[in-house]
Amino acid sequence: MLTHDTALIYGRYLRQSLRSRFALFFGVLMPLLYLLFFGPLLTGLPLGGRGSSWQVLVPGLLLQLGLFGASFAGFAIIMENGQGVVERMRVTPVSRLALLLGRVLRDATVFVFQAVLLVLAALVMGLRAPLPGVLIGFAFVALLTVSLASLSYALAMKVRTPQEFGPAVNALTLPMMLLSGLMLPMTLGPAWLDVLSRFIPFRYLVDAVRDAYVGSYATAHMLYGVLVAVAFAALAVTVGTRVFRTAGA
Amino acid sequence: MAIISTAGLARTFQTKLGPVEAVRGIDLTVREGEILGFLGPNGAGKTTTLRMLTTLLAPTGGAATVAGCDLATDSAGVRRACGYVAQSGGVDPQITVREELVTQGRLYRLTKDQAAGRAEELARDLGLTDLLDRKCGALSGGQRRRLDIAMALTHRPKVLFLDEPTTGLDPGSRADLWDLVRRLRDEHGTTVFLTTHYLDEADALSDRLVIVDQGVVVAEGTPSALKLRYGGSIDAPLQDTFLAITGRSAEPAGRPPVAV
Repeated sequence: MLTHDTALIYGRYLRQSLRSRFALFFGVLMPLLYLLFFGPLLTGLPLGGRGSSWQVLVPGLLLQLGLFGASFAGFAIIMENGQGVVERMRVTPVSRLALLLGRVLRDATVFVFQAVLLVLAALVMGLRAPLPGVLIGFAFVALLTVSLASLSYALAMKVRTPQEFGPAVNALTLPMMLLSGLMLPMTLGPAWLDVLSRFIPFRYLVDAVRDAYVGSYATAHMLYGVLVAVAFAALAVTVGTRVFRTAGA
Repeated sequence: MAIISTAGLARTFQTKLGPVEAVRGIDLTVREGEILGFLGPNGAGKTTTLRMLTTLLAPTGGAATVAGCDLATDSAGVRRACGYVAQSGGVDPQITVREELVTQGRLYRLTKDQAAGRAEELARDLGLTDLLDRKCGALSGGQRRRLDIAMALTHRPKVLFLDEPTTGLDPGSRADLWDLVRRLRDEHGTTVFLTTHYLDEADALSDRLVIVDQGVVVAEGTPSALKLRYGGSIDAPLQDTFLAITGRSAEPAGRPPVAV
């Protein structure tokens, strides 16, 4: 029943995404602008890693896409709450977990699609990376969007108004982006910043994807990245399902 | 035979300003096949009670059974037995009527074919056939309400909960909706539990009224029995009876419906 319900909810929201083509492509705009106007600044700089500057920047932009995109997924559910759609579904026997999973899997699909577009653009700009590494990158984007979208829906069910939701998400995502070294590796910075960034989970994801992009798969970074991404996803889905199950008021 | 019975059903919300007792303790029974009007001033706890009886909100006290299923232990059974139309309805304006009806059928675990057939059947029954391929957002208020009710009837529920079903409708659509509610009861034996602020509606439609105020039941009975007891005569306006019971006004009956 969980599979049946999840597929049903997934289909409903995927059709919704396909209806708004503009939104489908708009999400990729911000990382694309970074790629075009920020990426070329890095090509001659010593970034400390192996490979070209594109192999350092593109993994960061992929996770930035997930971070900024999926964190705002909750806006949709605030609108749907206003329309009564969420309650209407919660009165049916549909699995509560499916109400969440169907939505976040749709989000993962959309963001992986945007990630593919971004990588294609990066190839044109000069990125060269091994295919398995690129695929691993997409897997991390998918896991990250599942996690962040779950938390975003949970937050949106709690706060209920866009006026509360937008600022709350903004206040969280921007420091997350800066402190996780999505733009530039944290190892370039002073020790205190490097240490601080180790408390931000995305740091481990971006380090893992950077390793993947230079073809190093069996590294400590990869191990930590996988562990953190999986643990974060499990935690986020648990929190999200709890909220869908008990959502009151 | 009672299809709904509650004992001390209560819900307290924890807010920043301290606990708010939205529903203090509702005791009521609804008989099978009855149209029950659930009345009360704004903030009396009507919607909270409905949301508890439809499993949307866990009670913080008391107990209830709906169609023989215990609210606390068998929410799946309660969900199978009841349909619910919220004040806000519950359809996506961007989606077609057909897609919403079919998805709803699938949420009730019908197969694709069954769901498509049920959507056609419901559309025929509620006069939506010509609108099936229109977007929900393009329907008029009355059509939207019929769609909301069609959605709630997908699984042929024994009990239908309607929260202010005619708020915002023009007089013609209201009359149509009353006929629909009566027809549901007469043809399918559906029990209808409805809240309303329009006392003429409660008077015309309900077999029995339950009046709540500040989270408790303050009066119940047939409209004429209540008029006789609280209004002083069987011909007393329900408006005066309501005021005598609650000491306050509901929405004045003569005022045109206001959209929420």
